[in-house]
Amino acid sequence: MTSAMIRSLSEPWPWYVAGPLIGLLVPALLVAGNRMFGVSSNFRHLCAAVLPARLEFFNYDWRQKGIWNLVFALGILVGATVAGLYLDGNADVPLSAAARDSLSALGIHDLGGLVPAEYFSWSALMTGRGIVMIVGGGFLVGFGTGYAGGCTSGHGISGLADMQLPSLVAVAGFFAGGLIGTWLVLPLLLGA
Amino acid sequence: MRTATSPSASAADSVVQPVRTLLIYLVLGVLFGIVLTKSQVISWFRVQEMFRFQAFHMYGILGSAVITAAAGLQIIRRRELRSLDGQAIVIPPKDMGRGTRYWLGGTIFGLGWALVGACPGPLLALLGSGVGVMAVALMSAIAGTWVYGALRSRLPH
Repeated sequence: MTSAMIRSLSEPWPWYVAGPLIGLLVPALLVAGNRMFGVSSNFRHLCAAVLPARLEFFNYDWRQKGIWNLVFALGILVGATVAGLYLDGNADVPLSAAARDSLSALGIHDLGGLVPAEYFSWSALMTGRGIVMIVGGGFLVGFGTGYAGGCTSGHGISGLADMQLPSLVAVAGFFAGGLIGTWLVLPLLLGA
Repeated sequence: MRTATSPSASAADSVVQPVRTLLIYLVLGVLFGIVLTKSQVISWFRVQEMFRFQAFHMYGILGSAVITAAAGLQIIRRRELRSLDGQAIVIPPKDMGRGTRYWLGGTIFGLGWALVGACPGPLLALLGSGVGVMAVALMSAIAGTWVYGALRSRLPH
């Protein structure tokens, strides 16, 4: 790759480049091996591999069903590492002015990087807010995707593209929960 | 070059094939990780901006991804394409049931998405791009799925 190419790839990618590339993963995975694009099943596969505990939900052949998905997840980790190291992946985000104002009103003034540094650091794990956002938020993501049977990828992209009604209901739920979290829980939590 | 047709070669082929397919999954995963990072889908701030309807960015990504994926599925169906191992491509329909699991599970997930600012793919990508504490969020997500598995028979679906 020429340095000019690397430089242009290091700029933030616009939605009309990123969206279609993500969408292409759906037919690509089907053609590669009849696999449905999704990420959250990996949480289930890992439980099945490590601690199935005779629970029905975790007693299945995770190698046969899940190895491909775990390899795909490993790829996400590697890809993000590459982007972070070589393509300026941790650069500040060009947020809208309205979002800057709202976050500032929420008491978040450092908008650098990918996450608010004061709440997403190892030391934040010693604070109530950090625990709610990192441990609590993570737990709800895992519980909710297990319950709903998919996440933004599996329901939001694969399911909607296949026009599956259950996925539409799930996505409506995602946004309902996200709005509750954004407009009720975060302001209460951050005291703004 | 695949010219050998002796039995031993085809036996070796059946072992090589899955590894080759796994490599495809790895490459597609790497691509996904780069796209998620470079389009800032993994940004906590972008997720807030989305839930506050203050930019089109995330909706543009989700919308154009769905449209592209739907077009891909149409082509697969119309041309009756097969997967690389020669199988017919089938997409199992999801069972609606009473629908409780979708709206309730979805809402619980959405609440977590707003708090931690990332859904499962981006959680992995954040860890990869250097936000180390997301390892804790991922462990917690795995614990969340485990607790769901333990409570599953007692929850409405």
